[in-house]
Amino acid sequence: MEIIDQNGMYLLYLTIAFGFFMAWGVGANDVANAMGTSVGAGALTIKQAVCIAAVFEFAGAYLAGGQVTSTIRRGIVDPGVFVDSPETLVYGMIAALLAAGIWLMIASLKGWPVSTTHSIVGSIVGFAAVGVSTDAVSWGEVSKIVMSWVTSPVCAGILSFLLFRSVQVLILDTDQPFHRAKKYIPFYMFLVGFVMSMVTFLKGLTHVGLDLSFGESMIYSIGIGLLVTVIGVSLQSRITIDEDADRDFHYASVEKVFAVLMIFTACGMAFAHGSNDVANAIGPLAAVNSVIASGGSIATQSPIPVWILLLGGAGIATGLIMYGHKVIATIGKGITHLTPSRGFAAELAAGTTVVMASATGIPISTTHTLVGAVLGVGFARGIAAINLNVIRTIFISWVVTLPAGAFLAILFFYILKAIFG
Amino acid sequence: MSSPIFSLLANSPFEPLQQHMAKVLECTLALEVFFQAVIDEDWPAAKKAQKRVSKLEEKADNLKREIRMKLPKGLFMPVPRTDLVDLLGRQDRIANKAKDIAGLMLGRQMTFPSLMHDSLMEFLDSTLGVCRKANQIIQELDELVETGFRGFEVEKVESLIFELDDMEDICDTLERDIRLQLYGLETEIDPVQVMFLYKIIDWLGEVANRAQSVGHRLHLMLAR
Repeated sequence: MEIIDQNGMYLLYLTIAFGFFMAWGVGANDVANAMGTSVGAGALTIKQAVCIAAVFEFAGAYLAGGQVTSTIRRGIVDPGVFVDSPETLVYGMIAALLAAGIWLMIASLKGWPVSTTHSIVGSIVGFAAVGVSTDAVSWGEVSKIVMSWVTSPVCAGILSFLLFRSVQVLILDTDQPFHRAKKYIPFYMFLVGFVMSMVTFLKGLTHVGLDLSFGESMIYSIGIGLLVTVIGVSLQSRITIDEDADRDFHYASVEKVFAVLMIFTACGMAFAHGSNDVANAIGPLAAVNSVIASGGSIATQSPIPVWILLLGGAGIATGLIMYGHKVIATIGKGITHLTPSRGFAAELAAGTTVVMASATGIPISTTHTLVGAVLGVGFARGIAAINLNVIRTIFISWVVTLPAGAFLAILFFYILKAIFG
Repeated sequence: MSSPIFSLLANSPFEPLQQHMAKVLECTLALEVFFQAVIDEDWPAAKKAQKRVSKLEEKADNLKREIRMKLPKGLFMPVPRTDLVDLLGRQDRIANKAKDIAGLMLGRQMTFPSLMHDSLMEFLDSTLGVCRKANQIIQELDELVETGFRGFEVEKVESLIFELDDMEDICDTLERDIRLQLYGLETEIDPVQVMFLYKIIDWLGEVANRAQSVGHRLHLMLAR
């Protein structure tokens, strides 16, 4: 306990710094994966993508990031093990944060595809299992999380397959694609607004003090869905058939209408990503804060302070604005073959899956979920060429990231223990 | 690049396939100038025209090689890799034949009897028309990819393929007619020359056949 009394504030400030650094990293590197698809499809310019991402990532982090933050804070390790030595939990969380942040930096410099979520979860499991004892880890929860890492891309893939097939049947495979696009796309717009809101309202907003009943959630979601539809239809009405473009590629004008839809799915994607990935940065911070603020007790059910959620959102937005636009530009330039009709299906499917995971408090990899969604569209014969070797790369990155994060976390844990006792 | 999304979406082979077919068409259309020079017995002009046909065939070959190199095994596409490679090969063979025709005619300084000039140009026109139609069909590839090789676009391409078949039938008839015409005149021409004249008629018909087979190969890809 004395350690907490003596060094508590210093440790807290350290954690805040590392937490912000980690959030900055998420904004700088990870957001690009979510927004790059919109830029590549030509639905948004880089400036627009950065603006949308800054606003909606922050919103997602603040409004809907609480559940996953809760899981990272106390769902992975069993807090009861730390009752007698709360400073160990503090050292461990700081070590995990530092480890994940540094691993992310190394991977970015080397150009490796690494999941921020896998890094932080691996780090926390690492310090707890090795630094303390294997009983310190809630293996039940951890195995649930790891299973979700497999099911989330599959779920996104199935959703995107169904979405894109519906687009083919209703719009693309008909003899009047442009008129049918204008007729049916508003329904998809409603779907974007409605699904995102519904999932969030039902389970995700408790940490900002908004606990809505099913009926209330339904009404607000329908309202938001209609609002999105109205905005979308007015944007869409400005698009007319471009004869010249259509001569080269008959579906050029149709894709323009889909591009409007993609603006909304991009917002949804940013919101979803913020809601799930902010926890990677502020989950450990929330854990450390609750120990130090209570003077050394492992509190059981204290809510996450608002300033922590705000810090996370701000960190992501800062990283995105300072550096993320470069990464978005690079990715966007490289994936121009993802046209809006495909991009929207992938983004809506991935966004929905991620938001569902956020609402149930499960940390998943947004990037891998998006990959699953793109594959789903590919299975519907929607994409000209998919490089399946990427799947192998993803598995390798899993295999490497979890032990790497764990190893670094254990290292820092022992260092901190040696410094602070 | 680090993002899996970036490396997931590979370059589409369909756009290059369309470019290759356009180049093949350009090569066969260059035969028109060549044949005109031969009929006028303007051998310097004919040589220049033959060089052009040869140059265009070489460009098409380069495109073909590039496409083949960018089709690794791990690529997942709406149609099987073998279908695309086969289609590419068939497209290429059209240009090959065109080059052979120009090369042989120039090499032997072949002349057709003046009575045959009109029917020859008509036959050539018909053959080139079949090639144009085949190109039009291949240029629909990007639209087919957009619709996932399903739906209304497939019907549209199918009707184009039926038109292609009709045009090739007409070309066959013209080939038969011109051969009959040569049969009537062959006693007045050197026998070795006559055999080569038959060969050129045969090869021109073959160009149309190969163009038609491109259309048929695409049709097979649509039948799922």
